[in-house]
Amino acid sequence: MTSSVPTTPDRVRRQAAEAAAKRRKRTRSATVRWRRRALLGFYLIFVILPIYWLLNLSFQSNSEILGTFSFWPRSFTLGNYVGIFTDANWYMGYVNSLAYVLMNMLISISVALPAAYAFSRFKFIGDKHLFFWLLTNLMAPPAVFLLPYFQLYYSVGLFDTHIAVALAHCLFNIPLAVWILEGFMSGVPKEVDETAYIDGYSFPAFFVKIFLPMIRSGIGVTLFFLFMFSWVELLLSRTLTATNAQPIASIMTRTSTASGIDWGTLAAAGVLTIIPGIVVVYFVRNHIAKGFALGRT
Amino acid sequence: MNKVQNNRAWFLILPMLLLVAFSAIVPLMTVVNYSVQDVFDANTRFFTGTEWFEVMLNDRALQAALLRQFAFSFTILAIEVPLGIGIALLMPKRGWQASAVLILITLPLLIPWNVVGSIWQLFTRSDIGLMGVSIRELGYAYNITRNPSDAWVTIILMDVWHWTPLIALLCYSGLRAIPDAYYQAARIDRASKWAVFRYIQLPKLTNVLVIGVLLRFMHSFMIYAEPFVLTGGGPGSSTTFLSQTLTTMAIGQRDLGPSAAFSLIYFLIILLVCWVFYTAIMNSQKDNTTQGGA
Repeated sequence: MTSSVPTTPDRVRRQAAEAAAKRRKRTRSATVRWRRRALLGFYLIFVILPIYWLLNLSFQSNSEILGTFSFWPRSFTLGNYVGIFTDANWYMGYVNSLAYVLMNMLISISVALPAAYAFSRFKFIGDKHLFFWLLTNLMAPPAVFLLPYFQLYYSVGLFDTHIAVALAHCLFNIPLAVWILEGFMSGVPKEVDETAYIDGYSFPAFFVKIFLPMIRSGIGVTLFFLFMFSWVELLLSRTLTATNAQPIASIMTRTSTASGIDWGTLAAAGVLTIIPGIVVVYFVRNHIAKGFALGRT
Repeated sequence: MNKVQNNRAWFLILPMLLLVAFSAIVPLMTVVNYSVQDVFDANTRFFTGTEWFEVMLNDRALQAALLRQFAFSFTILAIEVPLGIGIALLMPKRGWQASAVLILITLPLLIPWNVVGSIWQLFTRSDIGLMGVSIRELGYAYNITRNPSDAWVTIILMDVWHWTPLIALLCYSGLRAIPDAYYQAARIDRASKWAVFRYIQLPKLTNVLVIGVLLRFMHSFMIYAEPFVLTGGGPGSSTTFLSQTLTTMAIGQRDLGPSAAFSLIYFLIILLVCWVFYTAIMNSQKDNTTQGGA
């Protein structure tokens, strides 16, 4: 009798082999998963470190910043923040920035929605040229337009108002909004429109009640981009404002004076500019993950 | 999608067109107007023809700034695009971890551009900055205000920090939009990870990558506030990019004619490069779809 004679039923042996394979696979994927986490972890540390450093310095007094090097604030102080929140010149900067960013978001989205719908649904004279022309506005470097802008807004009496900056930022925000929204809208089948018309909806009713809810995540993502680019832009907003509508980014340049740079206040003001961004990302985070590429794949 | 011919769609476009034209065409005409004149003040100006264009095209400093600009733009694209795709592939797909990573990664995007410069200044100073001090402790005399190559590397690092998230974000959402069926089919065919990436994920990412690459290229060509705050364009002119040259010329020296001519040249360069990119990517995508369909 040789040992090659099978002693167990086929099914059992097969199950055992499968279990062994599964075990091997699980241990292997565990190492892979660990490696992926480590790589991502390194990148996240790279992202966080400069921001951590800003946070760290914002809780230190100037003498401590320049005196001793330490990884955390030794004598913790909120003085820099108190300074910002008690000085109207400072905190009005945040109000100004938020004001023109919100205006810009409202204007951009309300004109971009119908335009994107037209581009995604209809052929009309000059549509392709118009679309490319729109994209060229994204390419217009603000530096090119600084001086003409200044003169244009000055001559129509809009200089140093929030609406001036909001309108100026339309230059790059509206084309971007149309570009992104068009992608989302093309992802919605046209049969939806047709069914709605058969059901007796007028165009505005269909657009607001049926179509907009369908591309909700697209609108969320678009608003995120509108906020982002308007909030971070400096050159145009600085040129078009003097005192009444001065954005925070421009006020921050005030920290460098003849007696040197006020590092603590600079750091605290920097931290405060990040917070609105965090709030916005928090609200649209699910849309970003789910929605962005919809229709653009 | 089959589109219907409908010229009334113009009415839907009209409000947008008026707004964009107000912020785009009027200033552009002013720039063209300046570029062919010698402007002394509001009432004294002379027609000079294409003289400014010749002057600008022969300006050595400008040529150097342009070369530097191209070197910078292509370097950061070469780093940020693969890195961004890699990060997007590594990011967790669901649950609280996905949200947390997403929020952390988007942070640099939402910081005003001059604040980014300030952050990196605080981070890299060799007396109070974490990175500056650490590198000095390692025994290298790191100094971005004296050493041009240190300044150059730091600015690239700063840009990678600032903008890789945009590519990662776009790719991440692009990846989320790939239906599971594709992956299942790949598993049945026992496709390798590389094959899955090359033939499923990458083609599906093309569209969002077009947005990402074009936006990145345009913005890197307009980069102004970050290097201005970090190095002020120095040491020497080693980190002076086109926007800064232009702004100094137009606002600082009020040389309206030359700076307008320069603006137009600059605009045309961006337009040309973007058009080349756009057509190239669109064509390669067309090839991909025909291959996939065959």
